[in-house]
Amino acid sequence: MSGFVAGLCVAVLPLLAAGFWLGRRTARPESLGGLGTPVEHATFQTLHTASLAAPALRAGLTEETARKSARRLRSLLGTDALCLTDDTHVLAWDGVGAHHRAEIMECLTGPLETGRGEAFPLTCDAPDCTLRWAVVAPLTVDDRVHGALVACAPRESAVLVRAAGEVARWVSVQLELADLDQSRTRLIEAEIKALRAQISPHFIFNSLAVIASFVRTDPERARELLLEFADFTRYSFRRHGDFTTLADELHAIDHYLALVRARFGDRLSVTLQIAPEVLPVALPFLCLQPLVENAVKHGLEGKADKCHISITAQDTGAEALVVIEDDGAGMDPDLLRRILAGEVSPSGGIGLSNVDDRLRQVYGDDYGLVIETAVGAGMKVTARLPKYQPGVHSAGRVTRE
Amino acid sequence: MYSGYAVPAVALVVVATVLVGAFGLRISRTTSDFYVASRTVGPRLNAAAISGEYLSAASFLGIAGLVLVQGPDMLWYPVGYTAGYLVLLVFVAAPLRRSGAYTLPDFAEARLASQAVRRLAGAFVVGVGWLYLLPQLQGAGLTLTVLTGAPDWLGGIIVAVVVTAIVAAGGMRSITFVQAFQYWLKLTALLVPALFLVLAWQGDGAPRNAFDEPAAFREQRVVRVDDTLDLKLDKPLTVTVSGTVDGRAYEEQRLDLPAGTHRIEQSTRLTFDKGTPVPRADPASGGGMSPSRAENRAERPLYATYGLILATFLGTMGLPHVVVRFYTSPHGVAARRTTVAVLALIGGFYLLPPVYGALGRLYAPELTLTGDADAAVLLLPERMIGGVGGDLLGALVAGGAFAAFLSTASGLTMAVAGVLAQDVLPARGVRHFRRGTVLAMAAPLVASVLVGGLPVADAVGLAFAVSASSFCPLLVLGIWWRRLTPPGAAAGMLVGGGSAFLAVAATMADFPGAGPLHALLAWPALWSVPLGFLTMALVSLATPSRVPAGTAAILARFHLPEEVRAEVKA
Repeated sequence: MSGFVAGLCVAVLPLLAAGFWLGRRTARPESLGGLGTPVEHATFQTLHTASLAAPALRAGLTEETARKSARRLRSLLGTDALCLTDDTHVLAWDGVGAHHRAEIMECLTGPLETGRGEAFPLTCDAPDCTLRWAVVAPLTVDDRVHGALVACAPRESAVLVRAAGEVARWVSVQLELADLDQSRTRLIEAEIKALRAQISPHFIFNSLAVIASFVRTDPERARELLLEFADFTRYSFRRHGDFTTLADELHAIDHYLALVRARFGDRLSVTLQIAPEVLPVALPFLCLQPLVENAVKHGLEGKADKCHISITAQDTGAEALVVIEDDGAGMDPDLLRRILAGEVSPSGGIGLSNVDDRLRQVYGDDYGLVIETAVGAGMKVTARLPKYQPGVHSAGRVTRE
Repeated sequence: MYSGYAVPAVALVVVATVLVGAFGLRISRTTSDFYVASRTVGPRLNAAAISGEYLSAASFLGIAGLVLVQGPDMLWYPVGYTAGYLVLLVFVAAPLRRSGAYTLPDFAEARLASQAVRRLAGAFVVGVGWLYLLPQLQGAGLTLTVLTGAPDWLGGIIVAVVVTAIVAAGGMRSITFVQAFQYWLKLTALLVPALFLVLAWQGDGAPRNAFDEPAAFREQRVVRVDDTLDLKLDKPLTVTVSGTVDGRAYEEQRLDLPAGTHRIEQSTRLTFDKGTPVPRADPASGGGMSPSRAENRAERPLYATYGLILATFLGTMGLPHVVVRFYTSPHGVAARRTTVAVLALIGGFYLLPPVYGALGRLYAPELTLTGDADAAVLLLPERMIGGVGGDLLGALVAGGAFAAFLSTASGLTMAVAGVLAQDVLPARGVRHFRRGTVLAMAAPLVASVLVGGLPVADAVGLAFAVSASSFCPLLVLGIWWRRLTPPGAAAGMLVGGGSAFLAVAATMADFPGAGPLHALLAWPALWSVPLGFLTMALVSLATPSRVPAGTAAILARFHLPEEVRAEVKA
């Protein structure tokens, strides 16, 4: 008996879930019950149909989006046939009389040139075809004609001409929005490229100076440091791919710290605690090294004694949690907030805000840096890196054992 | 078997798991040496972790129980559980790793760029995870009952609470080490007692009639019947009874039962003489248990065997807790090497449970009567060796069994909770993951209290069937067929996985009872897997315009080794 009950539960649960989902998908906001006058109802219906056509058009004018929206637009105009064209082809034909495609494209050359609406009669040999008139309304984006909306009807009607013109203007607005969307995407891509971290000129200068100081006294050490420097610069100057793996980023940090240690000697100590599970995580290229650089700077700034930096990376299921902590001078939280908000330009480097921006660009606003600090209390920077994010793939070299 | 050592052994395993989980990272990786700290998990360690997570209660207890009841036919179970990794190795391992996906929904999204398919895959991950968790909790309940006489539900609740606490507290920080530790623990817990048992068997004159039909009692044996059952006799049987048989009460009376079916009421004690063949038993109808599906297997053994083979061979690749472990491999080649090592480790492990099953047929044949066949592994050390040594070995086995519940349950809970937190529950954040954990464990816990009696290995088989009919088509076609479309994938998963799921539900609800239809529903893989593949392929072919835009680039990434890709890009 209990087995039966449990089996029933197992069977009913997915059904309930599916029903809930279907219900939410199909629930129509137009079920206003008995509210409103018939006119209000009609207005609402029209707006609702228009809003249904909008999402497809927001992706631009292609065959697929035209097909999806043509049906809605035809019910909006109430005609027998409606077609959407670009400047050379019919993209979608909804309704009867699809054999008029070629004829309509011939008649379209005029309106597409001038950008003016037109109505013209159709000639048809088919006995059962009722379409006698076509109303053309061009679709324009930034004063350039992109295509046309053609509504076909059995007789000439001034109302239809006006209505088709209005619908075409509304479609044009949607297409303009699509254009805006595209430019915004391009802008974000350009921003990511521009934000791509660069190593600071100070660092190059300081490293070379340190290496130079070893050349006479300890040539072997100088050689090693030069190799570290070469490795680090090769990593940071590479041009392919915007993403790397945590393992490669840690190697770069290692080279970086070797150079820093050569400069500061015993004053700097580092502990690492890395869960091996998160080493393959892909992350934006050079997004942890600036944090370490920042920690070194804060840790050694304005004090003569030792500084300790700890770097931990933990596995938290679907995310990796990276924490970089120093016991240095810390910072006034308000100042930090203003630096991150872009109100004050920081004294040296653009490390933290750059990393924060890039993480938000790639993973979304939930994944910005979390920074805990106070004057004299050190600084703790936490970054959450999802193990999987669409479009994030490391293109780095493969670390071989 | 109420041994004083078992409870400390179980407690020790739980504590050791928590400690390794919490501090393994600290011990192993606190260093300022970058080379040591950023060393990736090698194939062997990762393989031990995957094996540790994979070897569940079904492997540890269930297989021995099935071999005990059904004989050598059941060796298909370990073969299937192992061979699943061969299919995984050949078709899936390296491309899956290269896809960069952490979970199966991630893979669906990476391949098909569709949120809807992602959510559907998430739903199936939760379904398969719950189906797989259920037998883990039941197994824990059974183990604790056998060891201490505690009520059925207590073991399940202990495992549920421990696992939820560990996972929710984020205690599995070094999960690879924990799971690798669990593998070696489980292997030791079966291997060491097995050696002693085989020695004892040798000392007993090495009787070789383990698989004689029917099994016979080797010495006088008292059997207490806990649940009312029907005894089916082919030949007359002489037995000493105290209790109720066929509605009449007896008190220590010798009874000659003629051939036919006899009803034994609960709490009856039967004393069998040495050499008596063990009668077949059916749990009586209305006795609170679903009839063992094993009984019906006898009706169509060939069909059931093929169903089992298909489910286990193709289902392994879709197990949510197995897939996430492959992410730890640094690249595709390492993922393949890991899979080869897993094959070796699991293959080695699976040599042991059949030994217990065979010895169980010799030394504890009455377990087929009481329905506790899954407990054979736990009972044998005490039965065959006895004394303090037997108790200690029994405690070791018990500890290993709990390790099996803990490792598999924690891996599954993490996988299910991850999906619940990411794709189902609304907001995000750490506390949110904890809510997901509780939900992930609560559902199977409630179900395990409600559903009794489904044999552990069978219940796991159902989870495999659902996984094989939903995720196997998605993974195989997703990796090897460029014309797969989102609607095709969704339809294939819904039809294949959904029908397998309904079949599972019908089986659990004991719907058709018996006959060919029951067999079809009890072993759905043989029809639901082709159905899933066919639907996915046909719907994909019917919607050619929906092939995702970047398919060629995505498939190139799946199949090109990482070095080649890096060179091409450079």
